[in-house]
Amino acid sequence: MTDLRSHAVEIAEQFSDHLDVSADEVEERLESLVSEYRVPVDEARRSVVNSYLDEAGIERDELGGGGAGGNEQTLLNDIDEDEQWVDVRAKVVELWEPRSEAIAQVGLLGDESGRMKFVSFTTSELPELEEGVSYALGNVVTDEYQGNFSVKLNRTTSIAELDEEIEVGDDSTTVEGALVDMQSGSGLIKRCPKEDCTRVLQNGRCSEHGNVEGEFDLRIKAVVDDGTEVHEVIFNREMTEAQTGIELDEAKQMAMDALDTTIVEEEMRGDLVGFYYRVTGPTLGRYVLANEVERLSEPADAEELLIKARSM
Amino acid sequence: MSANDIPTREVARRVFAQEFNDAGYTFKESDDERAPVYVLLPTGERANRIFLVGTLTEKEDVGEDNEYWRGRIVDPTGTFFVYAGQYQPEAASTLRDLDAPAYVAVVGKPRTYETDDGTINVSVRPESITEVDAATRDRWVTETAEQTLDRIDAFDDDGNEYARMAREHYDLDTDEYKRVAIAALESLEQADELNA
Repeated sequence: MTDLRSHAVEIAEQFSDHLDVSADEVEERLESLVSEYRVPVDEARRSVVNSYLDEAGIERDELGGGGAGGNEQTLLNDIDEDEQWVDVRAKVVELWEPRSEAIAQVGLLGDESGRMKFVSFTTSELPELEEGVSYALGNVVTDEYQGNFSVKLNRTTSIAELDEEIEVGDDSTTVEGALVDMQSGSGLIKRCPKEDCTRVLQNGRCSEHGNVEGEFDLRIKAVVDDGTEVHEVIFNREMTEAQTGIELDEAKQMAMDALDTTIVEEEMRGDLVGFYYRVTGPTLGRYVLANEVERLSEPADAEELLIKARSM
Repeated sequence: MSANDIPTREVARRVFAQEFNDAGYTFKESDDERAPVYVLLPTGERANRIFLVGTLTEKEDVGEDNEYWRGRIVDPTGTFFVYAGQYQPEAASTLRDLDAPAYVAVVGKPRTYETDDGTINVSVRPESITEVDAATRDRWVTETAEQTLDRIDAFDDDGNEYARMAREHYDLDTDEYKRVAIAALESLEQADELNA
């Protein structure tokens, strides 16, 4: 089958519910645009589809993607073109509050390649997606806004719940090196208790809400240095407790006994500074948020290096 | 200074004691009074901070009126001298409390001073001293050997500014640092065989 012929078959199939068009007829129109008028194939296809949409009096959204399973199974991270019909297998990572009545659902989908925003419209009358559930979504359309891609569900989108759970990859990085310093604001800290604030208090003051009764928390802002680059990482309370063996209650007790919260930071310094770590997590600004922390207690393999060095 | 005006933190170089103690030449890269001072490593790199792990073998309070602790920290190639006084209270108190011998990790700034006979001594003013374990020490030796060899490898590259400076200011042979880096790695291998 020629390239044009396969486009023609697909288009004819897409319109089979709405119009009586044959693949031959479509091919002829494509052929005319491509051969006579020197229109690129993509543009020709677009123009032919548009004219049939007009003829049928329907919107692009209502159009199928060329029959069942006609689309390519795509990883979210591979989506880099506007208005493509694709099938994805993804987990609903997060649902957000729709800001308009036209939107039925909006949120984040995730698969092993990454995460991407999705939208489903009220007019499409689709079943609701549930947070944390993995689906095979057939016939979704890609969309681009200012370089950011998203997918739109539509009337023709097929939704099938998957038995397996899709592993969601994030844009995490891994840094490795010696933990050479802890920055101020590490150890036992107080956070603003106002809802959705959680800012760290400076001398009992929140930069947004002023003087408040803070809530204790643990965290570490560490500097990991590999000899050529410096990385800043944040351990949340869970990571801090796991790496230092000091739990929040114990830290509060230490601070109370010493009448000084900085004792906790000092104690933690002794536990962490000077050791080697591998830290993995997403980056936020200049920080890596530690989701996984491993102390590198095995000596590195010197043998390979030795072989290389002797041949230098 | 980076574009967004946050001063970037100086990286902590990995260097063996022998090379570090040879690094007597210091320089600044701007006229600003607060501009960082670098020592020039003979293998062609600048260092404003170093990270070292070794065995604390001796410590002594050499201060007259105030406490001033001197620690000798040994790696496979030589000895680092670390001085901590009242302006490094945490490091000083760690040195006071530690019993030698112990494996320690030091993050610190290179300092040089000229003695009466004109030789230049290089030492470390610690930002932190912490007690670590043998595995961390071995990892540091491997890492430091690797980074030393990488510097030597790049020494003859076109546009290696610090190698050019090193040729200008030192009369030292990088082969010697390669030799000690290899010897340091071999010492780890031998220790492995003894343990096996």
